[in-house]
Amino acid sequence: MTVEAAPGPAMTRTGPKGVWAWVTTVDHKRIGLMYAVSALFFFLTGGLEALLIRLQLAQANGTILSADAYNQLFTMHGLTMVFLVVMPIAAGFTNYFLPIMIGARDVAFPRLNAFSFWLFLFSGIFLASSFFLGGAPDGAWTGYSPLATQVKEYIRMDFFALGAQMLGIASLAAAVNFITTVFTMRAPGMSLLRMPVFVWMALVVQFLLLFSLPLIGIGLFQLYFDRNLGTVFYAAAAGADPLLWQHLFWLFGHPEVYVLILPAMGIVSDILPTFSRKPLFGYSFVVFAGIAIGFMGFGVWSHHMFTAGMGPLAEVGFGLATMLIAIPTGIKVFNWIGTMWGGDVRFDTPMLFSVGFIAMFVIGGLSGVTHAMVPSDTQQHDSYYVVAHFHYVLFGGAIFGYVAGVYYWFGKWTGRMMNEKIGKWHFWIMLLGFNLTFAPMHFLGLNGMPRRTYRYGEGLGFDTWNLVSTIGAFVIAIAVLVFIYNLVWSYFKGDVAGNDPWDGRTLEWSTPSPTPLYNFDVVPEVHGLDDWWHRKYDEDDEGRLVLREDQPEPAVLLEDASHIHLPSDSFYPVLTAFGIVIIGYGLLYVPVGFWFAGLGALVTLWGFFGWSLEPVAKETH
Amino acid sequence: MSTTTTEEAQTTGDGHDEGVHDIVHIRKTAMWVFLGSEAMFFAAMISSFLLYRTTTNGGPGSELFEIPFTSASSFVLLMSSLTMVLAHHSFGRQDMRQTRIWLVATALLGATFLAGQIFEFTVFFEEGLKPGTSPFGSAFYMLTGFHGIHVFVGVLLLTAMVILSSTGRLKPDSGLNVELVGLYWHFVDIVWIVIFTVVYLLQV
Repeated sequence: MTVEAAPGPAMTRTGPKGVWAWVTTVDHKRIGLMYAVSALFFFLTGGLEALLIRLQLAQANGTILSADAYNQLFTMHGLTMVFLVVMPIAAGFTNYFLPIMIGARDVAFPRLNAFSFWLFLFSGIFLASSFFLGGAPDGAWTGYSPLATQVKEYIRMDFFALGAQMLGIASLAAAVNFITTVFTMRAPGMSLLRMPVFVWMALVVQFLLLFSLPLIGIGLFQLYFDRNLGTVFYAAAAGADPLLWQHLFWLFGHPEVYVLILPAMGIVSDILPTFSRKPLFGYSFVVFAGIAIGFMGFGVWSHHMFTAGMGPLAEVGFGLATMLIAIPTGIKVFNWIGTMWGGDVRFDTPMLFSVGFIAMFVIGGLSGVTHAMVPSDTQQHDSYYVVAHFHYVLFGGAIFGYVAGVYYWFGKWTGRMMNEKIGKWHFWIMLLGFNLTFAPMHFLGLNGMPRRTYRYGEGLGFDTWNLVSTIGAFVIAIAVLVFIYNLVWSYFKGDVAGNDPWDGRTLEWSTPSPTPLYNFDVVPEVHGLDDWWHRKYDEDDEGRLVLREDQPEPAVLLEDASHIHLPSDSFYPVLTAFGIVIIGYGLLYVPVGFWFAGLGALVTLWGFFGWSLEPVAKETH
Repeated sequence: MSTTTTEEAQTTGDGHDEGVHDIVHIRKTAMWVFLGSEAMFFAAMISSFLLYRTTTNGGPGSELFEIPFTSASSFVLLMSSLTMVLAHHSFGRQDMRQTRIWLVATALLGATFLAGQIFEFTVFFEEGLKPGTSPFGSAFYMLTGFHGIHVFVGVLLLTAMVILSSTGRLKPDSGLNVELVGLYWHFVDIVWIVIFTVVYLLQV
């Protein structure tokens, strides 16, 4: 039963060949892979920025960067890592696996999906191009006024306002798409509480994006109007209250941190049961804890603003809410430990990174709880302690989780497994480098070192730990090189994966690797949670696992899949996204750029109408 | 953001294949989800306006508002919701001639509202309220302006549907259809009720 379709000259196993086929693809799997590769590229960019920052801070009175260059680098490091690395890698996993995990052949709106990807990629290039067009944004990723509204002759913060706006449109379109997909495209029997935890967490994330992006969207419009059209939303001289920006920003910014971490939690919640050969401990608790985090995530934003002078009542309220949100997070941690407890645990690389995720995330979570206490937070505000905290949750947490996902699913993406030996080296070097870099920042912060300053004086007691931190940053760089080496090596020489290399539990493991264009030869019918697992295993009278006698037949590539209708490729999504980014470039240069923006609007309209009027599926096969 | 209103067929199933999905249902779900996001978009602007309601920086404030005039244009916009319902009803009976009449009526009422808004903005400009005059002016023009853009997009969609229907291409399962545009149009009207109340009528 290992007959494979002989791909024609212009076809591969996963669809047509060629650059143009990828540019016009509407296949959710290819779009997912393009998200992942773009995220890796931006990760290297953001990492280089971080290394320059660490070199500058390695010694007192560093002379490698000017204050101006430093401001651009730390701002772009933040923007890059949040918007161009963690969000797109999460989008990559969501794109590839969410439809397969719910038993669908594609997302609800495949062309809208392609549009989201291209707009994300073009906006990322737009932001990065600022380095060559007069300087990158230099007012921190938080973009507070008056820092963000002053120096109007520079267009740096316009890059921020417009770039983040376009990225927001891309994510918003994706959010509408995925929510609709989950609610309307599930396979027969796939009830909501049978969905894998990753799907659930991705769904919560889409709701967070859906409701929070418009808020920052308004803030960014206000910022842009203030800078270019003479409005006075944040001009204190005209009686405006710049605190408005902080509220709009953090009303988006705090849900955003859950946007970054929840998909990683979902990935880990699917990896742990596979490598413990046990069901997830308290599935519904994990799901409802994720939903609770989603709701409460909208009620804690002002803990970023305890030093802004909101008054004791608001501060106490937001402090309490922040402590409360630790409860659902804690539930998840205990469930993960409960999953491993008494399990038949295998420590392959995905599992190592998952356990690393839990440990590092708990450290970051605990330092986060200290921010909930207002007096303590007032002391820590804008110090390196905060930098340590959010790197523990976003790097030790989110990035470790996503790397675990890469090791887990690489075989499904490419048909070949990641090298285990190199993977283990990668994990231990990364863990070492990570802790060397960020653990000392706790001490630096508590000793009073402020963040976002480009140098510090001698004799303040900051020297030793800063040097350690810089050394750690280069150890991380080595770990990343090992990772890239492993990716390249495994892509060409890794062991052949087969359909189900990890003895998995979720539906993606029932498909061939790499998953063919049509996902499933027959749409699966789902009978319970972890359906794929229960098709393979039964329990005997004492609750021990036994292989079922009627094993599911392994899926093979169909020789003729022409009876399965799939959406046609389209050129219009990429065209529409291209038009929007031209508008973005035009709006940078007020007023002459308006002509250019008008040109972009025409391209956008062309894409939009072409899109609306083209037939969706080919008439013939 | 208008691109998210473009609906797209999903064609992953047919007679030979189980997973047949109801395209109309999928698109309606997406439209509701999108409108949820739009509600937050306007909520942020309404909050900004409430913050700056009295921050006039020495310039003119809410005494500029001509309640009778804006009441009349609000009435026009609300009537367009009625004609939209009638268009939807005719479309349900597949009476394309009636549908076209009510769609044109809806678009004309929307355009009338927009004309009223442009007139109002012109008067306020002459009386000294510009977007840069005060935070009040900034917030006022942004909120009502973005609402006006939404009405304008709605008029464009209505016009496109009239053109499509006269060539017989307006069908219940086409991407641009009366039901989806209707949802959008009613939403934009409801937002105006909130804006009219908060901006014009609340004069504390």
